[in-house]
Amino acid sequence: MDWGFIFTTSLSSAIGISSIVFCLGAIGLNIQFGYTGLLNFGQAAFLAVAGYGLATTVTTLGLNFWLGIVVGMAATVVLALLLGVPTLRLRADYLAIVTIAAAEILRLTLRSVAFKDTFGGSDGLQQFSDAFYNLNPISPGAYDFGPFKYNEKSWWVIIVGWSLVALWSLLVFLLMRSPFGRVLRGIREDEDAVRSLGKNVYWYKMQALILGGLGGAFAGFMLALGQSAVSPDAYATNLTFLIYVVLIIGGAARVFGPILGALIFSFLFQFVDVVLDQAVNTGVITFMSSTQAAQVRLVMVGVGLMLLMIYRPQGILGDRKELQLDAR
Amino acid sequence: MPDESSTAIQRDAAVAALADLAREPGVAKPDPILIADNVVRRFGGLTAVDVEHVEVQRGAITALIGPNGAGKTTFFNLLTGFDKVDEGSWTYNGKSIEGVPPYKVARMGMVRTFQLTKVLTRLTVIENMRLGATGQRGERLLPSIVKALWRGQEREITERADDLLRRFKLDTKREDFAGSLSGGQRKLLEMARSLMVNPELVMLDEPMAGVNPALTQSLLGHVKDLRELGMSVLFVEHDMDMVRDISDWVIVMAQGKIIAEGPPHEVMADTRVIDAYLGAHHDQSLAQIAVDEGLDVPVEILEADGGDQT
Repeated sequence: MDWGFIFTTSLSSAIGISSIVFCLGAIGLNIQFGYTGLLNFGQAAFLAVAGYGLATTVTTLGLNFWLGIVVGMAATVVLALLLGVPTLRLRADYLAIVTIAAAEILRLTLRSVAFKDTFGGSDGLQQFSDAFYNLNPISPGAYDFGPFKYNEKSWWVIIVGWSLVALWSLLVFLLMRSPFGRVLRGIREDEDAVRSLGKNVYWYKMQALILGGLGGAFAGFMLALGQSAVSPDAYATNLTFLIYVVLIIGGAARVFGPILGALIFSFLFQFVDVVLDQAVNTGVITFMSSTQAAQVRLVMVGVGLMLLMIYRPQGILGDRKELQLDAR
Repeated sequence: MPDESSTAIQRDAAVAALADLAREPGVAKPDPILIADNVVRRFGGLTAVDVEHVEVQRGAITALIGPNGAGKTTFFNLLTGFDKVDEGSWTYNGKSIEGVPPYKVARMGMVRTFQLTKVLTRLTVIENMRLGATGQRGERLLPSIVKALWRGQEREITERADDLLRRFKLDTKREDFAGSLSGGQRKLLEMARSLMVNPELVMLDEPMAGVNPALTQSLLGHVKDLRELGMSVLFVEHDMDMVRDISDWVIVMAQGKIIAEGPPHEVMADTRVIDAYLGAHHDQSLAQIAVDEGLDVPVEILEADGGDQT
């Protein structure tokens, strides 16, 4: 087994496109779930409307790339309002039910035959990312940087992606140290108490849902641009739950939680995959095929998450004492 | 804390203002801060609250008492906008606040606490306090990003919060998570936090529930202080000693209606009140009541029950 190869591919994956997508998605989810306590189980929908907003504007309608970005963000805000208006007045679990259902409705609509001319059916849309790659100042070629090996396009995505992560983390830091963040954390603890102190809880929850949705929108842009394509099945429910996993590993309600979570999760996800694959190919493991081995890593994600919940429920950056305070 | 003489001034004023009122449900007060008319709330077939008319005097401590299930907390929820009425209207400071959402009611100066204390467990004590201040610039999304815009106001708020924490003797707990406080300390924190809103009318839902006796006196003192600071207090309570000790006026509810009003010692001697708490026939045997109601009761049961056979 080639341990050098295993570590370089795993490290490369840790900073790669999917890691960026998880990280931005988790930053948005952190605003909603970590700080405000909103159970948004439809984060994938926010990624989808942003990605499809961009792709539809550019590919189907033939309009400007930047207009596409604006459309994507506007569509995210509209989605947040649509989900929030009926549910944010109700108990938290209603938002969970509505968001998970809405995300699936959206995905099935995007891949439906009826809208094939607009959204491209199950094939999705391509050829909308030229304007993005034209901005790339890096000349064509493969570049090595330490253990990381990428071509100019991927480096451009990685640079833009992690810059966005930095900007969003800064925004979350600034918001959450302020009285605004204090109101959000108050709502997470007990919204009736916050209401009794004269705060418009409904509006704060709406703002958190929109802000977190916009975080998801940037994840959606990076996913679409990184693959130069949008396809409906990339936005299935499991994307939402992988984003939850990332957030919980890193630690909810922590500014650096999503970053650490994304790095660790992406590294391990790739690491397990390559190790199993090599073990099968070199004959170390004889009782399963490499296709089966690829499924085993999902099992291991589940087991790993269970162990985390048992031994470190607060995540890596969380404070266990904080979690143990009872909500009498 | 105000000294005894000033305490007496405000209390005497409140008692004097209420002294000559008729002892009847719904009596008009000389200077009401809160007036409710025909407030009705039904849960299915059960009418939980059916209050014809009630007024709460400004600057006084008014107790709302009644047996379990009398509708006291529901009435509280209705007045503060946490629950919706089926019928009725009510005014606060002369303005109708029917249908006004709870956060606006609080901003108008009518602040409540909860029967099951609602401290924000994973916020520190001082953060709980700061949250109570209204009109914070830094609580709006865009200004919150620039610290310079709210730093000054935050400092003022923190000073006010620290003063209150000292008054409520919670200053040593300043940096602790509110979730680590004892039940009584949570009650104190909730009361102190509600004062951060600068209320005119403080509504306390069972301030003594679950508080250990050592803290009771201090809590009582704080409630009396509210009156001395010019606030009006309406509170729900079960503890009769507390009601007798601190209230200027008592309103009694039973089965959703207001059945009696008056100064504490008079109300507690009122037969209607005693009946509501203990049942109208608490000194009669059950079998005797059945006979009086015209029911056919077998002789053996009457004998066993010790009732008269008339």
